[in-house]
Amino acid sequence: MASSISVQDLTKVYDLGEIQVRALRGVTVDIAAGEFVAVIGPSGSGKSTFMHILGCLDRPTQGRYLLDGHDVSTLSRNALADVRNKKIGFVFQGFNLLSRTTALDNVELPLLYNGNGMRGKERRRRAHDALNGVGLSDRAGHHPNQLSGGQQQRVAIARALINQPSILLADEPTGNLDSRTSVEVMGIFQKLNTERGITVLLITHEREIAEYGTRIITFRDGKIVSDKPNTVRRMAADEFAALPLDTDSDADSSVPAASTSVGALDLDLDLT
Amino acid sequence: MSFFMIFRVALRALGRNKMRTALTMLGMIIGVGAVIIVVAIGRGAEEQITASVQAGGTNLITISAGNWNRGGVSHGMGSSPRLKAVDVEAIRQQVPGAQYLTASVNTRDQVIAAGENWQTRIEGTDVELPLIRFWDVELGTFFTSTDVSSAAKVAVLGSVVRDNLFGEGSDPVGQTIRVRNQSFKIIGVMTAKGSGSFGQDQDDTLFAPYTTVQRKLRGRDGTNISRIMVSARSADEIAGTTAQIEEVLRAQHGLIQGEENDFMVRTQDEMMSMLTSTTGTMTTLIIGIAVVSLIVGGIGIMNIMLVSVTERTREIGLRMAVGAKGQDVLWQFLVEAGALSLVGGLIGVGMGFAVSQALERSPLAWPTSVPPEWVGIAVGFSGLIGLVFGFYPAWKGAQLDPIESLRFE
Repeated sequence: MASSISVQDLTKVYDLGEIQVRALRGVTVDIAAGEFVAVIGPSGSGKSTFMHILGCLDRPTQGRYLLDGHDVSTLSRNALADVRNKKIGFVFQGFNLLSRTTALDNVELPLLYNGNGMRGKERRRRAHDALNGVGLSDRAGHHPNQLSGGQQQRVAIARALINQPSILLADEPTGNLDSRTSVEVMGIFQKLNTERGITVLLITHEREIAEYGTRIITFRDGKIVSDKPNTVRRMAADEFAALPLDTDSDADSSVPAASTSVGALDLDLDLT
Repeated sequence: MSFFMIFRVALRALGRNKMRTALTMLGMIIGVGAVIIVVAIGRGAEEQITASVQAGGTNLITISAGNWNRGGVSHGMGSSPRLKAVDVEAIRQQVPGAQYLTASVNTRDQVIAAGENWQTRIEGTDVELPLIRFWDVELGTFFTSTDVSSAAKVAVLGSVVRDNLFGEGSDPVGQTIRVRNQSFKIIGVMTAKGSGSFGQDQDDTLFAPYTTVQRKLRGRDGTNISRIMVSARSADEIAGTTAQIEEVLRAQHGLIQGEENDFMVRTQDEMMSMLTSTTGTMTTLIIGIAVVSLIVGGIGIMNIMLVSVTERTREIGLRMAVGAKGQDVLWQFLVEAGALSLVGGLIGVGMGFAVSQALERSPLAWPTSVPPEWVGIAVGFSGLIGLVFGFYPAWKGAQLDPIESLRFE
C-alpha cells in the first residue's frame, strides 16, 4: 500500500515553436510513503507541471521519476494510463465530475478502466461503499448539479479512492470551496493520510491550506526554493469541532449540518 | 473495458442528448427507409410480372414465324409463311423434352350473337392449350382432336367475350355465334384469368380449332401458322429442348449451314427478363440515389461526432486521468457513432416496411415485397457507415492529451 516517490533532476520544457518554456528546471525530491506533502508556490512556479508528472499525466523532458522504485518517466501512454488507474487518485479544483451522470456512476468510473473485468454488481457495491465513506450514500442517485460544492468534491474524493490508490494528488482542491467546506475536505485528507497511510500531495497557493500538511515544499521559477517539515500543523478535525453548527456557509441547505459533519469526520475507512 | 460496458457507456451518452441523437439518426432513417421502400416496390413489381408470366404456362417455349425475305423485300417478323402444322408434328415426334404442343393461328374479327356484337381476338389453337396454359373451362368442354382434324366450327369463349355477348355470368353453351357470316357452335366458356404479361386482357379471346381458323377465317394463307407453343417437361430441360427444337425446325425448313432462322424461339425466362429489365434499371438507379443519401447521413454523423468530441474534451481528459487509454476513448466514440447509425438503420427498416404496407393498401395498390436479404444489407450497411464515418472523430478523441483536455473550457 505504502508508496514512495523519488524524482531526480526533473526537467520539463514546453516547446511552443518560437519560444521554449522551461516549466521545471531540475527538481530533485524524495517523498516517503505516508507523508502529507503540501506543494506551494505562485502561479507559473511549475507546481502544476510537477504534479502532472508525478500524476503520470505527463512525462519529463529530462530526469528520472521512480514510483515505488520503478522508473515511470519513460513509460508509454498506455502504461501510464494503467499506473494512473491503479496507483494514483486525482482530486481537482473544478471537481471534474461528469455532468448528467449520477454520483454513483461518477465514482464507479475508474473501475471501468482497471482491466480486471469486475462485474457490474461488484462495481456498484464498491462505489456505494466509497460514497458511504465520504458520507454521501444518500446522494448516490443525484447528479452533480444537484449537489453542493463540498458534496461534489467529496464525490470526487470517493472516485479518487475507488481503486485504492497509494497516492492522492490534489490540485487546489479547496479553490472552489468556502472556508468551512475546505476544512471539511482537508479533514478527509488528513484522515485518509493518518488512518490509511495514503501519501497525499496537495498543490495549493494558499499558505493556510498548506499548513494541513506535514511537510511544505515551495516552488518558484521551476525550482524548489524551500522544503521543510511543517511545525505548525493545522488539524482539521479540531477546527471542525470548534466551528459552529450553523451551516449558512454550506451552499446546500437541504443537508443537515449534523449529517455533513458525521459524514466528513467519521470516515468509514474499511474499504477493502 | 469490456465491450458490453463500452456499449452501455455509448448508449447512455446518446440518451443524454436525445434531440441531437434523433436528428442525427434522421439521415440514416431516411436513407435506409428509401432503400427498403424502393426495393420493396421493385421486388413487388417483379413478383407480379413473374406471377403473370407463369400464369400463362410454366416452362413455356414459344416458336414464332420469323422474317420472310422474298425477292429482297423483308416482310418483318411473323411474316414467314413457312411455319406449318407439320412442324408441330415433327417436334412432337423428335423432341422428347416437349411435353405439350399446340399450333396457334390468330386473327381479329367481329363476333355476332343474337342481339349483340363484339370485336375480339380469335385464337386458333389445339387441344393441349388448357394443359400448356393451366387454363380450364368453366362451362361446357374444350374442343377435341376430332374437332381439330375436321375443322369443326366450334368455339370456346373467353369470359369477357361471353359477358359482352350474352350478359355477365350467363351460360351460352349450345348457342351459336356468327363470325364472317359463318355459324359457330359454342361448346364452352373459359374461366376468368385476368391480364396477361403484356397487359392484354386474356379473357377477351375466342378459342377455335386452328384448322378452322386457317381454312374458314383466314383463307388467303391456308396452311401456315403464326406460333407454336411448347411446354418443356421441366425447367431443367428448357435449354436442351429449345436447342433441339431449333435443330428440328431448321431441318424441316431445309435451311443450310449459315442461313438465318426463319423462325424465332423464345423461352419464358427470356420473356421474363425482358419484362423485368425496366424495373431492374429503375431499382439500380434509385438504390444509387439511396446510397448517396446514406453517405450524406454518414457525413452528418461524422459532423455531430466531431462536435461531440470537442464538447466532451474535459470528459475525455477526466476519463484518461482515471485510467482510460486512447483505445478506450476510441471505442467509446466509435461505438456511439455505430449505434447511432445502426439504430437509425433499424428505424429506417421499420419505416420502410410501414410505408410499403401503406402503399399496398392505398388506392394505388402497388404490390410490394420486402426481401429479407435487403433488410440485412441495409442494416449492415448503415452500421458500417457509422463505423467508417465515426472513426475519424473517435481517433481524434483518442489522440487528446489528458492535461490539455482537463484544462479545456
